[in-house]
Amino acid sequence: MAENVTPRVRAPREAAPGDVVSIRTLISHPMESGQRRDGDGNIIPRSIINRFTCDFNGENVIDVTLEPAISTNPYFQFDAVVNESGTFQFTWYDDDGSVYEETADIAVA
Amino acid sequence: MKTRTRLIGGTAGALALAAAGAVLADIGDDDELIINGEIEIVTGAPAPDFVEGLSTIYSGWVFRSPETQAMEQDDFENPAMIYVDQAREMFDTPMGSEGQSCSSCHEGGPEEFEMVRATYPQWDEEHGEVQTVEMQVNECLTERMGAEPLDWNGQDMRNMTALISAVGRGQIVDVAIDGPAQSTWEQGEELYYTRFGQLELSCASCHEQNYGNLIRADHLSQGQINGFPTYRLKDANIVSIHNRFRGCIRDTRAETFAIGSPEFIALELYVASRGNGLSVEGPAVRN
Repeated sequence: MAENVTPRVRAPREAAPGDVVSIRTLISHPMESGQRRDGDGNIIPRSIINRFTCDFNGENVIDVTLEPAISTNPYFQFDAVVNESGTFQFTWYDDDGSVYEETADIAVA
Repeated sequence: MKTRTRLIGGTAGALALAAAGAVLADIGDDDELIINGEIEIVTGAPAPDFVEGLSTIYSGWVFRSPETQAMEQDDFENPAMIYVDQAREMFDTPMGSEGQSCSSCHEGGPEEFEMVRATYPQWDEEHGEVQTVEMQVNECLTERMGAEPLDWNGQDMRNMTALISAVGRGQIVDVAIDGPAQSTWEQGEELYYTRFGQLELSCASCHEQNYGNLIRADHLSQGQINGFPTYRLKDANIVSIHNRFRGCIRDTRAETFAIGSPEFIALELYVASRGNGLSVEGPAVRN
């Protein structure tokens, strides 16, 4: 079980219809690759975020598969076109089965 | 052959000089550091009177590349803020035999410590010594909360000092060097100008006489600690002031003083006072 996992999101609160908005996300996570050994020579088990998704009003915006070589505290920045007010739903899937969720509302007028 | 060697040497020297000149010209130009679009940071100020070798003091921020500089202008981009968040949680977590957390006494939260980073190290009347922020944190833990002291250079302590620095960003550094702290300060000054190691370098050799010049592929700063504890990209973690001192002295190929030693406490007081007039900037981002 990874400790101190906290999702963070930065997205604009308002935009005009058709705007391209920039969204930044960060989740604190050790992203243990499963390649390293501890002091006694035993493999440290892999523990990573393996998938990240963002949906807007139920429609998928981005769906990312993460691999073990991605470094600690994965950070994603991507753009989305918004035509209506709604909610971004962010989801991170952990190797240990944990699911971390965050939302961001945006008003489009 | 001899002539050719000399020519090559001469060319390389000229190139190095040109590169250094370009950087010096950049320092103190219109670059402004404003964090989160609201906290204005003073990155250049007149040097304190006792610093005879400098006319202007500069934050280490001005010596860094635009990419590194940008990371510090927004807390979301600043990787140190993850550790600051962890310290905020710890602030509210009871520790030790008294069942108290930091916030049991400090009900105003970490924001109570707005002026701490700007004025430490400072003289502690009760203990009759100069105290750093680390010592003050451990005093609370051991004397009020009945907890074990934190390791000076451990993750928890670095997180906590980063939090204390983060809430004080924008405050002007004003460390007292007179009164009972004066003898410690003088000891620190002597250490600053003492050459150490096989390379026979003092702090001043690099950070007073050669700031802005290249050391290997990196630009020397003035060695100011207003941005500490600082997030170093090469360590992917927060680095404490004393750990940085230790690294510098090690690089002179000397046996270093220990983290938390009286020598480093004195040096911290002196180096902090050389930054009187700059803003608290920690946790800064450096390479």
